[in-house]
Amino acid sequence: MALKGLHPFISFGLAILVWEAAIRCLAIPAYKFPGPLAVAEAMKELALSGRLLASVVASLFRVTWGFYLAACAAIPLGLVLGIYGSARAFLNPIVQFLRPISPLAWIPVALMWLGIGDRSAIFLIFLSSFFPLLVFTMSAVLGIKVTYIRVGLNFGVTGLKRYTKILLPAIMPDIITGLRITLGTAWLVIVAAEMIAVKSGLGYLIIDGRNSMRMDYVVAAMIVIGIIGLVLDWTVSRLEMLPSVRWIHKRR
Amino acid sequence: MKKIEVKGLSKSYNERRKKRRSPGDCRYGHGCLVLKDLDFQIEEGSFTCFIGPSGCGKSTLFRIMAGFETPTTGEVLIDGIPVLGPSTRHIFVFQEDGLFPWLTAMENVAIGAKHISDPLEREGEIRDFLDMVGLKGFEDHYPHELSGGMRRRAEVARALIANPEILLMDEPFGALDFITRLQMREEMVNVHQMFDSTILFITHDIDEALQLGDRIIMLSGRPSSIKADISLPFPHPRDLTVGEIASLRKEIYFHIGIHAAL
Repeated sequence: MALKGLHPFISFGLAILVWEAAIRCLAIPAYKFPGPLAVAEAMKELALSGRLLASVVASLFRVTWGFYLAACAAIPLGLVLGIYGSARAFLNPIVQFLRPISPLAWIPVALMWLGIGDRSAIFLIFLSSFFPLLVFTMSAVLGIKVTYIRVGLNFGVTGLKRYTKILLPAIMPDIITGLRITLGTAWLVIVAAEMIAVKSGLGYLIIDGRNSMRMDYVVAAMIVIGIIGLVLDWTVSRLEMLPSVRWIHKRR
Repeated sequence: MKKIEVKGLSKSYNERRKKRRSPGDCRYGHGCLVLKDLDFQIEEGSFTCFIGPSGCGKSTLFRIMAGFETPTTGEVLIDGIPVLGPSTRHIFVFQEDGLFPWLTAMENVAIGAKHISDPLEREGEIRDFLDMVGLKGFEDHYPHELSGGMRRRAEVARALIANPEILLMDEPFGALDFITRLQMREEMVNVHQMFDSTILFITHDIDEALQLGDRIIMLSGRPSSIKADISLPFPHPRDLTVGEIASLRKEIYFHIGIHAAL
């Protein structure tokens, strides 16, 4: 179908039309909720002043660091917990206990220890990504088909090769899915973290817009957050198309 | 010469489920005896088929012979030496897909070719084996890009290139369609003639066992024991509808309680 690639554009176009129509029909004043044109104007203003780019860069910087540190810590630890039953018996209860505590609950602790600034925001992103990634990695290891392990043993795949040839490739699809979901969560949390812990970034742009009664800034920032979220997700989803990873989708 | 000796082999599992899996002597908290006092020998270079109903412990027996599991009592000797763990000397071909899905056909077969030290020679060998099982041109395909029959062939190639003394095949063609199964049977007869490996082969299909084996061991019961041990000194190719093998076939069907229309 020629329409195939156009579907998202049609739905977004319709959504904007409905939005504009609702603002006009219900006579909603701009200070309560701005229409699409006002938001486009605000976005242009923010872009031209350089504030939009600065906010995006600040937010991405924190998410990248927090997410990266979480991946570096959670994936190796998840491997250990997945491989060694005794480590799992000791640490898994703690992990499962800490996991449901929202990273937002840590905000006061983060501010007390790390102060207002990047370090607090990065710490909160780290927390939001660390536990899910840890659990994803651990259950990926536990979910490896026993056949693969036996084939490895049978053909004498030993030592480091057991990990590089079997364990890591076997869990790679799950890890990539985990990264994809976790990155989404991290991007959710950054806004909340920036509302409280720092004075820059897209989250701060929203809270600052609210304080100065600029709802058009608030909605503009929301739209940018949505777009970046899409781009981040799409980027990680590309990894799922790697030939050595795609098998998992064929199997299911 | 005796290649494999199974002596007084028993295996019981601890039943951890609350519900009983099947009737019999498997009670919660008790060991569930799957194999009881199995004794048999396998001749070197022979092709032995194991048949028996589902859940009779054929796969368990094979996993023990391969060294993946340990027997509760008794032992398995290969060349007089007890099996203590998995080894490239006895390669297992799995019921389900045993190929690594993250490796291409070529890379999968390479897993079995580690003993060839010269890289050029190794690649040549891998290509020859893939060619032999009819996978020329599919070297760089991933398992999910191959058909079920091709995957089985690649797995057989991976097992054979390792030059194992024993091949343990657990219903390797169970998931294939009928025509492909017949083709694979024919290829197994060739494999048996071309390679020196001692082959042990689980199947549910009596005709498959009659076509392939030098010998059929029939297991059944719970715990499982040998119900029949049939020698098949017939040349290949075999026509199951005439002669001694036809009456043997009738006898086996009769033995498992199926009489009509076969």
